[in-house]
Amino acid sequence: MIVVDQLSKYYRVANKQPGFKGTLKHFFDRKTYDVPAITDISFKISSGEVVGFLGANGAGKTTLLKMMCGLIHPSTGLVDVVGFSPQRRQTAFLKEITLVMGQKQQLIWDLPPMDSFYVNAAVYGLSDHEANLRINELAEMLELGEELTRPVRKLSLGQRMKSEILAALLHKPSVLFLDEPTLGLDVNAQARVRSFLSEYNKRTGATILLTSHYMADITALCPRVICIHKGKLFYDGDLDLLANSLSPSREVKVELKNPCASEQFEKYGEIQDLNDRFVCLLVSRDKLTDVVSNLLTDFDIIDLEISDPPIDQLIGELFKKGEVN
Amino acid sequence: MQRYFKTIRLFWSTALASQLEYQLNFLIEFLAMLGTLCGSIFILSLFFTEGRELGDWTWESALVIQGVYTFLDGLTNALLRPNLTEIVNYVREGTLDYVLLKPIDSQFWLSVNKFSFAGLPEIILGISIVFWAAIQSGSTFSLYSLFVFIISLLIGFVILYSVWFLIAASSIWFVKTWNATEVLRALLAAGRYPISAYPVVLRFIFTLVLPVAFLTTFPAEAILGELKFNILFYGLMLSSLFFVFSRYFWMFALKHYTSASS
Repeated sequence: MIVVDQLSKYYRVANKQPGFKGTLKHFFDRKTYDVPAITDISFKISSGEVVGFLGANGAGKTTLLKMMCGLIHPSTGLVDVVGFSPQRRQTAFLKEITLVMGQKQQLIWDLPPMDSFYVNAAVYGLSDHEANLRINELAEMLELGEELTRPVRKLSLGQRMKSEILAALLHKPSVLFLDEPTLGLDVNAQARVRSFLSEYNKRTGATILLTSHYMADITALCPRVICIHKGKLFYDGDLDLLANSLSPSREVKVELKNPCASEQFEKYGEIQDLNDRFVCLLVSRDKLTDVVSNLLTDFDIIDLEISDPPIDQLIGELFKKGEVN
Repeated sequence: MQRYFKTIRLFWSTALASQLEYQLNFLIEFLAMLGTLCGSIFILSLFFTEGRELGDWTWESALVIQGVYTFLDGLTNALLRPNLTEIVNYVREGTLDYVLLKPIDSQFWLSVNKFSFAGLPEIILGISIVFWAAIQSGSTFSLYSLFVFIISLLIGFVILYSVWFLIAASSIWFVKTWNATEVLRALLAAGRYPISAYPVVLRFIFTLVLPVAFLTTFPAEAILGELKFNILFYGLMLSSLFFVFSRYFWMFALKHYTSASS
């Protein structure tokens, strides 16, 4: 449904040295060069998939997203979204997609969201009847009620974001581009937006492409992630597999009835921490079951906890390290 | 086409609702508008006091020009200024992205999105002055002269719009656009007086280079039944040229925008 093939985007820039001499040189003998924003990225996304785009700030996520919705022309390579070339922005294509940007709003600030909805409905050629049906349906899913008749400027950030999403989905798009849709929302509001997106995907089979700084968004919504680092793709696949390959071990925390010496634990795994009756071990995933059952038989254990190192921490480390296959 | 009409209707009804949302502001704007109106009428009254000549125009026919000017000024305040000065904000805040992804012409959206109702009385006053003064000067309207008048008004408006839109579109590059609005208003103000009241050089410039004559003088001549057909034809060509150029320039600017933003 979405095909991105050997896509690259360069920005032409010219550097200027400071001072008057630099200005003169900049005027008469301008040296320009291309800065790559996206280099040779290829992937395919089937319809109905929910895909998360991960990357540090400036990695090229937004550039990539904007090339897929037709706002930025690619330098080289090919993008195909539901059979269209996005940069031509044909009407039939625009009716298939939508874009939600967490940091930019399209609702009319001084009026209730309802007024903006009707404007959008007219722009997309929906009849009043169709628009009303659609607004009711989405408002119910988003748990929006009387907020829709209150001026946007008086809504909370969470209510505003939900209204933005409603406005963006009126025309039943089949591909959703979401750029940081939960930015700045509190934990509850984030969770509501997430559960809505997941439900919407199940109900309509729409494809969702999402960038977010909140790892929780990605882990909750996206079985598949595409990681971008410095404009290059370095991981495309299952989120769980990425977590596994990033951290082959899991943490096992044990609370003992009686204090034990550290030597007794060395055979089970790498000791992270040992403090009186508390032990924290790093155990590789394949040995995990054996180690846990051995621990339970060998020691008097009050409590045992197994956890993954947090994924955002792992990804953060990954970006710091740079190129990882 | 029907979709575009419905969109305009909704644009303007939401614009009215937005303006009514702030009652005090609306009241102040209304008072300011009344003040401007009184100012215009005072300037007009000066025309009646002395018996001087302006170019080869009589007072009544010069008044027709004032009427056309008032009408165009009202249209500027109602439609051009609220919309075209907003384009720079769309660019700066990046909300132009939303406009570009709507299945509707982006130039259309940006040009008619807002409507300031404070400009409406000026529009009505302008038209009233035109007809009153035309009757005073002894002009007998025919359907033909009315038709030519409407066409020549349209020509003037399209030229003004296109030039303004061109400058607004340049904000794609110079995000903080220079205060071109004032230049345009000065240009329009030059159209308060008959073009023949200016020295020959200016007359030439205002007809051929900066087509001020098309904004006010020619529509006034049209209602007075004095407009030459070849001028009308030239105006039609010129305004189409301006309009087409503004469209091409917008397309060109957009290519730049899309490749410059991220």
